[in-house]
Amino acid sequence: MRRVVWLLFCREWRLAWRRPGDLLNPLVFFALVVSLFPLAVGPEPTMLRSMAPGVIWVAALLATLLSLDGLFRSDYDDGSLEQWVLSPHPLALMVLVKVLHHWLLSGLAMVLLAPLFGLMLALPLSSLPVLVLTLLLGTPVLSLLGAVGAALTVGLKSGGVLLALLILPLYIPVLILGTGAMDAALQGMPVTGYALWLGCLAMLALSLAPIAIAAGLRIGVSE
Amino acid sequence: MKPLPVELDSLACERDQRELFASLSLRLEPGEILQVAGPNGSGKTSLLRIMAGLLPASAGEIHYGGRSVFHGAGQEDWRRHRLFIGHAPAVKGALTAEENLSWLCALSEPVAVEAIWQALEQVGLRGFEDIPCHNLSAGQHRRVALARLYLERHPVWILDEPFTAIDKAGVAALEKHIVKHAALGGMVIMTTHHGLEHLPGVRQLDMGQLN
Repeated sequence: MRRVVWLLFCREWRLAWRRPGDLLNPLVFFALVVSLFPLAVGPEPTMLRSMAPGVIWVAALLATLLSLDGLFRSDYDDGSLEQWVLSPHPLALMVLVKVLHHWLLSGLAMVLLAPLFGLMLALPLSSLPVLVLTLLLGTPVLSLLGAVGAALTVGLKSGGVLLALLILPLYIPVLILGTGAMDAALQGMPVTGYALWLGCLAMLALSLAPIAIAAGLRIGVSE
Repeated sequence: MKPLPVELDSLACERDQRELFASLSLRLEPGEILQVAGPNGSGKTSLLRIMAGLLPASAGEIHYGGRSVFHGAGQEDWRRHRLFIGHAPAVKGALTAEENLSWLCALSEPVAVEAIWQALEQVGLRGFEDIPCHNLSAGQHRRVALARLYLERHPVWILDEPFTAIDKAGVAALEKHIVKHAALGGMVIMTTHHGLEHLPGVRQLDMGQLN
């Protein structure tokens, strides 16, 4: 079992590095959105500071959504997914590895870039750890929930819009908690409550989303 | 692994509210080759996908060694014993033939690199081990997928149009391999438009004549 997980991780890693464009797309999108905002609304630090949490979170959310549309599509098109479903190994575990790998290359990269953009949007240094922590807890939830939608729309030729409609309502709690924590941090209030809630959502998504993704893929493959 | 008898018990399949076949019953013993024939759209691929476990049957049962393959211990056995190679060969263009095979085999049981090289040689892809598959032709793609037949130890093979895009010499080699598998007690269920009459012990199931 451990060997399969490791081999799958290596396979995903190779596939990602041989198509670096797919890897960079969400990050470039994230960077573009965040860096265009100060140009559009002006360089006033107080205004930038009050907008920064929202801008960073919305950009991270949309970048995740953008990258998830094709998560299972190529495996579906070339028949790989059929072989996954037929394997005696648990499908939920394999999709969990795939989604976590995807998160490492998109979500985690955004988490690492976020302090830089925070500084650019005039966030005080003291609030940056909170920004990183909330993104670290929140982006896996975005990836896992989005993967449920990607699994359900895998059989459709262009599932992009449907995926957004399905998944955006589920993203709203994460968005509210994430930006709420940042607002609290900016006003010098405790953020523990928000962080605990985000942690809860992350645990819930980690434990339940793989089952839903696997079920969605089984339906997709039987079409 | 020794195969057990496979029994289809009044199996039915409906797609888009159209009945493809109904009350299909059949018993396959170890060592048999079943060619599923019939016109396009008669449900050949659907039958194979139901047998593989990808598509739910609308009615009926499949038994493997007397136990249902749709749930429980029978399903576990079936998963470990049957190998399905479908229309889409599950070969990734960005990966090399060796990487593709090593992952596909690991889905059931990991194999050694040397074994993969040997299998690739048997399907005529010696020297192509390290080339990304998107540089290979359609026939070579199919050969990469079929190399699994030389690698994996499943006793029951379910093959959907395995000869597509393969040249004459390749077809002959594959036929020989299939006959050998059956002679060793294995079971093969396949669809193909290619005539298999010259092979020993081939049973035909004509989907066009079912209804």
